[in-house]
Order: sequence, then C-alpha cells, then structure tokens
Amino acid sequence: MSILVIAEHDNAGLRPATLNTLAAAAKIGGDITVLVAGSGCAGAAAAAAAVPGVAKVLSADAAHLAHPTAEDLAAVTLAVAAGHSHLLAPAGSFGKNFMPRVAATLDVAQVSDIVEVVSADTFVRPIYAGNALATVQSADPVKVITVRATAFDPLPATGGAAPVEAVTPPPASGLSAHVSQELSHSARPELGAARVVVSGGRGLGSAEAYHGVLEPLADRLGAALGASRAAVDSGYAPNDYQVGQTGKIVAPDLYVAVGLSGAIQHLAGMKDSKVIVAINKDPDAPIFQVADYGLVGDLFELVPQLVQALD
Amino acid sequence: MKIVVPVKRVIDYNVKIRVAADGSGVDTANVKMSMNPFDEIAVEEAVRLKEAGIATEVIAVSCGVAGCVDTLRTALALGADRAIRVHTDVELQPLAVAKLLKAVAGREQPQLVICGKQAIDDDANQTGQMLAALLGWGQATFASKVVIADGRATVTREIDGGLETVGVALPAVITTDLRLNEPRFASLPNIMKAKKKPLDTVTPDELGVDVAPRLKTLKVAEPPKRQAGVKVASVAELVAKLRDEAKVLR
Repeated sequence: MSILVIAEHDNAGLRPATLNTLAAAAKIGGDITVLVAGSGCAGAAAAAAAVPGVAKVLSADAAHLAHPTAEDLAAVTLAVAAGHSHLLAPAGSFGKNFMPRVAATLDVAQVSDIVEVVSADTFVRPIYAGNALATVQSADPVKVITVRATAFDPLPATGGAAPVEAVTPPPASGLSAHVSQELSHSARPELGAARVVVSGGRGLGSAEAYHGVLEPLADRLGAALGASRAAVDSGYAPNDYQVGQTGKIVAPDLYVAVGLSGAIQHLAGMKDSKVIVAINKDPDAPIFQVADYGLVGDLFELVPQLVQALD
Repeated sequence: MKIVVPVKRVIDYNVKIRVAADGSGVDTANVKMSMNPFDEIAVEEAVRLKEAGIATEVIAVSCGVAGCVDTLRTALALGADRAIRVHTDVELQPLAVAKLLKAVAGREQPQLVICGKQAIDDDANQTGQMLAALLGWGQATFASKVVIADGRATVTREIDGGLETVGVALPAVITTDLRLNEPRFASLPNIMKAKKKPLDTVTPDELGVDVAPRLKTLKVAEPPKRQAGVKVASVAELVAKLRDEAKVLR
C-alpha cells in the first residue's frame, strides 16, 4: 500500500491537522508520501520531510498555488496520485474543498471525516452530527479520505529525514481565482488545535460581554476562544469561532463552556474534549449532562472569580 | 440565467435520531422529514437572484424515494419555478447524486447550480464539489456572500481562520454556508400555488446513470455516552478539582 497525504500548510510550515492526518495514514500502514502544493513552500516541505514515517515529500511550488483554488489543488493531486492506494487530507475547510473533486474525477467514493481506521478499506465516520458512528467499507481501487484531526494523536514533528522531490504542477485551470482573504488575527492558539478552549453562548448577552468576560479567562488559561452557533448568529463572535456540527470540531484537554446551553449541534463539536467544565445559571441545561464539572450560577460573577482564583 | 438547486430530504434537524437496534442504520420510520437546512438556504439564494432579475428560472431537483415530492413542493412554495424528481429506491451516495445532477444539468443547461454545503444526515460535504468536477466547472464552496456580474460569481467563503473571496467563471457550482441568508417561510398562498407548479419525474436509467453504492455500511452504532460529572458548589472547589483531580491546569 502506498498513501499520499496532501498537506495543509501555510508555505512556511505544516498546519497541525497535517500531523494528525499523517497519524491516520500510519494506522493504515504502508509507504507515506506527502504532497506539499504551494508557492515558496520550501519551509512546509522541509517540515513534512522531518516527520518520522514519511518516506518522500513531493513539492509542487508554483506561483498559481499561492492561494490554491480547489480546481488547481485537485489537478496537482491527480497529477501525482497514480500508484497510490489511499489519498488523505485533513477534513477542514482546506480538504473538504478539493478532495471530493479528486474522488469524482477518479470515479471513486470519498470517505469523509474518518475518526478510526479499522483496516485498509474500512473506516469509522460520524453521521447525524456525531449522534451515530457508521463503519463503512470501500470497494473502490483508490480510497479518497478526509480525516477528522481531533480523532488521531499527531505524529511528532521531528525525527525524520525524508527526501524532497520537486514536481511540476499542471497550469492554473482558470476556472476560478483567489481574490482576497481576511483572516482573523489572534495571538491565541488555533481553535482546532488548542489545548484549552473557552467557549461562550447566548447567555453572555452581547458581543461586549462575550469579549469582556471570556478574554481574561482565555488569557489566563492560554486558551482559544470558541462560540455556540447561537452566539455567532447573535453577532457576539465571528463565524470561524463556531464549534459544532456546522462549525469546528474540537477535542481539547479542557473545554470551558460559559453561558451555553449545549444544543445537540454544539455538543457534536466538543463532546470528545477530555475535561468539560460548564458554567450556566440554568441547572437543567443539557450541557451539564456532558460536563465533568458543573457550576450553577451567574456567569458574570463566577467567571471573574475563576480568573482571580487561577492567579 | 437558469439556476438548478438540488434539495435533499433528511430527518428534520430537530429530531433526536435513534440508531436501529440491529445496527443497520438510523430509524426513519414515523420520523419527521424536512428539507436539508443548507438546501433551504440554497433555494432562498436562487429565489433572491430571480427576484433581483439576475436569474430567469429556478429549478429544484431531488433524488430518491417518493417522499422527495414533499421536499420539492417545499422548494416550489419557497419560490422555485418547477421541479424534477429523480426516482430511485436505491440508497444514494454523493458520487451517484453528483452523476444524476450532472445528467440533469446536461438537459437543463443552467449557468449556476447552488447546493447546500452538506446534508445533515450523512454529513459528507461532497456532492457540490463532485458535481463541479464531473461537469468540468469551477466551484465556490461554503459561501456566505454571492455577487453575480459579468458572467462571474464573486463569492465570499467561510474558511478555517476567516473569510476568503474567490471569483469563479459561470457556469459554476456554489455551495452554501449558514450565514449566506435567512430562508423565508412559505406562505399559505404560495404553498397552494406550489401544488400547481410543474413537477417531472425521471429515473436514473433514463438519465443513463449507474447509482449503485460504492461504500458498504457494515454497522451503525451509537457513540460512547459521556457520563455527566459532578456539580461543584464554588469556584474554589472547581479550581481544586481541575488542579488535583483532572490535572488539566498548568
């Protein structure tokens, strides 16, 4: 078996989810090749080469891959896919965007968002917002897979020394083009990879309270900020803070849910956290059914007290 | 400009699903079914483009069992002009649906297909991208804003870490994210009118598509239940538990 992992990276280095995806690849077993497609991506290629277990890195470095479109990422993946039995990418907005194009072009099914490798052709994936787990078997000659990063412990970032080989990507498709992007700049850790997440819901009542109450706690814990869909819909927090079925899936060591009732679609995004703390004034809120530690009361008093107690 | 909007019949998002006791799947008997919420957003966007004079016709398409007629009537009540149902009782997977939609697009020649980004039953998030690839079209997924002008769509996309804007030449496939719009409710007069709008039925055979599933579901199980923990009485007790019992504080 020969596995191709398409790296999610920022040209300078790998995004953390790539290391989790490589761990899933290692579970399948076989030679692992990493494709780094970008522009000025030598740093990311070197980082991929340093991951133990990686046999080879293919670097497709071209100007039109600076902000690659789904069409161009699919094309470069297909250009190097021959001979590989499995194609894997992380199941974030990066992998979800182009991997189905790869699968459809190869006329094979895609297995989305796997959380467990049962064997080389059988995988477990969540359905219905994680309220059921389906074990599926693929009979297709090539398995195209996206990997839920939080379900696999990452491979170490150093210790390997794989060769890096340059490959020439196909020219830009011209079907679509990157225009601009607005990334939320934050000194906080990335939500999907943070060790601690502090998340707020509608109980906060306003954007000012969301930031004013939660930020000191997040600062103290070195945490990423998250939010429920209700808080995002109410404009308290930007959409990319959203944790849940339709947002990010997180599984930190510690998840602190503040003023957040615990709707099914939110629980789908955080119930695999190691320790869950809930602070809510409603003792019957569903979040308490999954929380390891629940604190009933007024969040506007309790959260500042908690910040103080942690100092 | 014609717009095709695929709509999927799924278990209503408010229903707490039950895994079948024999592990074969999820119970759908006597369960409320509705249009996939992301597809409702897709219908709304298409209807708004028609109301703005950009689109001329909105065609809703649903693939599957007889019950999909209800989903299509909902789309018609929301403002779609006509509907096509691809009838099959076979379990449809995203690749098969993408092939059926490709065949429909071949007949209808739309300039735009607007899909929901994912269905809330299988959570696959594949069909729109697969359709774009099979048609050789450009795509813009996870859209939170769509502007159509001069034969191009300028689409703001929800990506990890923020927003990206892409320009895509038409014809193209767009998939919707939550913030694109807030779908309207169908009014009673529009529900009545929808009953008279044209609804055609075709079969995968007529479209020349093999819809046999590629993935075999071996088992469907409930996820391990998380045990509720304890309620603590004070912040001090919480900090003590986190420090000494859970050992998650550094």
